[in-house]
Amino acid sequence: MTLQRNFEPDILGFLCNWCSYAGADLAGVSRFQYPPNVRIIRVMCSARVDPTIVLEAFIRGLDGIMVLGCHLGTCHYMTGNYYMERRMKTAKKVLKNVGLNPERLLVDWVSAAEGERFATLVKEFTEKVRKLGPLGEETDLELQQLRTRLFAAKEALAQQRIRWLVGRERELAEDKNVFGEKVSQEEFDQLMLQTIEKEFAKRRILLSMGEDALSVKEIAQRVEASPREVLKNMVSLERAGLVSVVGIEGNSPKYRRAGG
Amino acid sequence: MNEVRVGVFVCHCGTNIGGFLDISGLTKYALSLPNVVFAKDNRYTCSEAGLTEIKNAIAENKLNRVVVASCTPRTHEPLFRSTCKEAGLNPYLFQFVNIRDQCSWVHMQERERATEKAKALIRMGVARAVLLEPLEEIEVEVNPCALVIGGGIAGMTCALSLANRGFEVKLIEKDEWLGGTLNSLYKLYPTHEEASKWIRAKIEEVKKNPKIEVLTSSRVEEVEGFVGNYDVTVRQGEKDRLFKAGVIIVATGAETLRPVGMYGYDGKTVVTQLELERMLKEGGVDADTVVMIQCVGSRNEKRAYCSKVCCLNALKNAMLIKEANPDAQVFVLYRDMVTQGTKYEDYYGKARETGITFIKYSPERQPVLEKGSVRVYDEFLGDEISLLYDLVVLSTPMVAHPDSADLAQKLKVPVDDNGFFLEAHVKLRPVDFATDGIYLCGCAHWPADVGESILQAYGAASRASILLSVGHVKTEPLIPVVDEEKCSGCSLCELTCPFKAIHIEETEKGRKAKVIAASCKGCGACGAGCPQRAIIMSHFTDEQLLAQVIPLAGVMP
Repeated sequence: MTLQRNFEPDILGFLCNWCSYAGADLAGVSRFQYPPNVRIIRVMCSARVDPTIVLEAFIRGLDGIMVLGCHLGTCHYMTGNYYMERRMKTAKKVLKNVGLNPERLLVDWVSAAEGERFATLVKEFTEKVRKLGPLGEETDLELQQLRTRLFAAKEALAQQRIRWLVGRERELAEDKNVFGEKVSQEEFDQLMLQTIEKEFAKRRILLSMGEDALSVKEIAQRVEASPREVLKNMVSLERAGLVSVVGIEGNSPKYRRAGG
Repeated sequence: MNEVRVGVFVCHCGTNIGGFLDISGLTKYALSLPNVVFAKDNRYTCSEAGLTEIKNAIAENKLNRVVVASCTPRTHEPLFRSTCKEAGLNPYLFQFVNIRDQCSWVHMQERERATEKAKALIRMGVARAVLLEPLEEIEVEVNPCALVIGGGIAGMTCALSLANRGFEVKLIEKDEWLGGTLNSLYKLYPTHEEASKWIRAKIEEVKKNPKIEVLTSSRVEEVEGFVGNYDVTVRQGEKDRLFKAGVIIVATGAETLRPVGMYGYDGKTVVTQLELERMLKEGGVDADTVVMIQCVGSRNEKRAYCSKVCCLNALKNAMLIKEANPDAQVFVLYRDMVTQGTKYEDYYGKARETGITFIKYSPERQPVLEKGSVRVYDEFLGDEISLLYDLVVLSTPMVAHPDSADLAQKLKVPVDDNGFFLEAHVKLRPVDFATDGIYLCGCAHWPADVGESILQAYGAASRASILLSVGHVKTEPLIPVVDEEKCSGCSLCELTCPFKAIHIEETEKGRKAKVIAASCKGCGACGAGCPQRAIIMSHFTDEQLLAQVIPLAGVMP
């Protein structure tokens, strides 16, 4: 992609009603000026922001997303911002897999009394995204490739395996499981990363196949991965009933997406 | 399905918006948007004239969605919602667009770009409005019975207050007798009344009240249900009893820190103020020189707070010692004497007049206890002095009751960093919890003296009696709706919800999530994490949110 001249980043902010949205209002009441690049969507709690919505926003071409909540420990709903933080952490990891700079997603905390802080955050984030350039500037991907990857990332975040892990993080990493075992934060992060990579790879495969019947080698070319990796994923996808073998060509099976 | 007809009202707000954005441009733009059949600008949309225009436009143009682009929903959404309601339109078919606080006021030097942003905001608002659905407020009956946990001065006052208004009260006390901390106190500041006489009368009053059932040696085992309809299991001795209560009041009090390992505390010649109190009650102290040390175990890294009552309590006990034995020497080693208000500053003055010596120390140079003497660096003298003593009295802070965390978990209410119960808002809702129908008073909340505890108890009783006397409660319908076809009964939502508002039930179709509408606060945390994406959040659905996710490039025609 080529750098646009006078690039003005297009940014959406998801703000919780009780703290950050009130903080944004206070910036207005206090007349703290900030660039008009950010538009705000109000949610009752930042925990309402499903990570797939963030991905969808990038698919639609937004250059940066802010998700702001109450400071930790002061959430109007007691624990909402902790959930948001964990979910967005996962969204950032997925963005990295896509090839995007995860800093395009800003997670931060603004209280109802921090109008000036909100204005500063917007200024700094707008500057940061301006430097990063239009979405995808940091990659070598064509727009269509980028969109496909983002789509795969969004699909991955919609998968129950990842959502389940995100939801259980606190329990798994802080408490013991039913067998009295405790997973360390590092172990959990490792597990999370592997799961994200696996889910992302599988979604990319599915999206790349379209309606075609393809061999592992052909798929591997499409997703730029090793045939060995792809084969592993094909077996798993077949088991999940998402692809089926529709024929054999030479020694290699041909796969097609199941159910359309 | 009826045709969606949106009306958009763009407010000048005098010059607050009109002075910085192109309002006629915005209005024209609004009219060009899909489904918008009416658009108009108003000098002040929130004025009587503006509201009338909305109502007329709803009737004349058969509007079934109303969008107001103006100040902020945080102040004006309720007003416009009720205007819609008056005009016969469901209030949840109203959509606010913030073009003042988050646009005209923050981009005052950029008319063109700010107007462009406002257009985008209006487009986002209209897109969401089209997808809005009518919702009805949820009404729940309130059981006219209160459960008060804790039979100290706060709990008893609260129970009496509610019973005297005619409501049934169950008063739960963990000890064998009522009275709480006041049972161990001797005299109360600043009047020096005897605590025991006074508390005995209170206990009698409670016991005689036909509306109050007292359960001593009892503990709350389990709490189920929601505002107006709590099911509480109380274990009394060996047997469990089940009560239904519309409201719950937490009045479990606090404990006094035992300063084990500090200043050679031994309970004999180095005692706490509470132990001194008992000695005074049982006939006085046999000591000619008494050294009191303030802020023992408080206002430090581990316990940052000031326990607030210890300064006055030390003054009182010091004066009582001087009263009994005018020749006794009493030293109070303090960091800051906290004696605010019109009554207590005088009380401090009175203590000084009796000849009590006050010595200021700093937290960097704490007093040191040596054999038979206390060494302290006097901040005002600028030198170290040594005080021989017969008795050392440590002023230790009130600390959260060790059972608080457990009770908090059962009630699903929060505690603060120090383990005290945490109110909904420190200034604006001091005796409410964020959870509806649960209130708090007394030292369970933070260190308080008798007067304050009573005040809070009156407050909590008053707050609780609103629900009890109205008899029903209305809650906003911003609740999750479970798609049972998709729900796998995994229980992640139940784990996520801090309000016990969603849980798993066995149904004919297997384990499914069920929403308890009256308990739900409408945050949406459950839905955004649901592995099966089986939870739809009313009024904040995925579709309604995504409708607003429009890139600026897609806005301009």
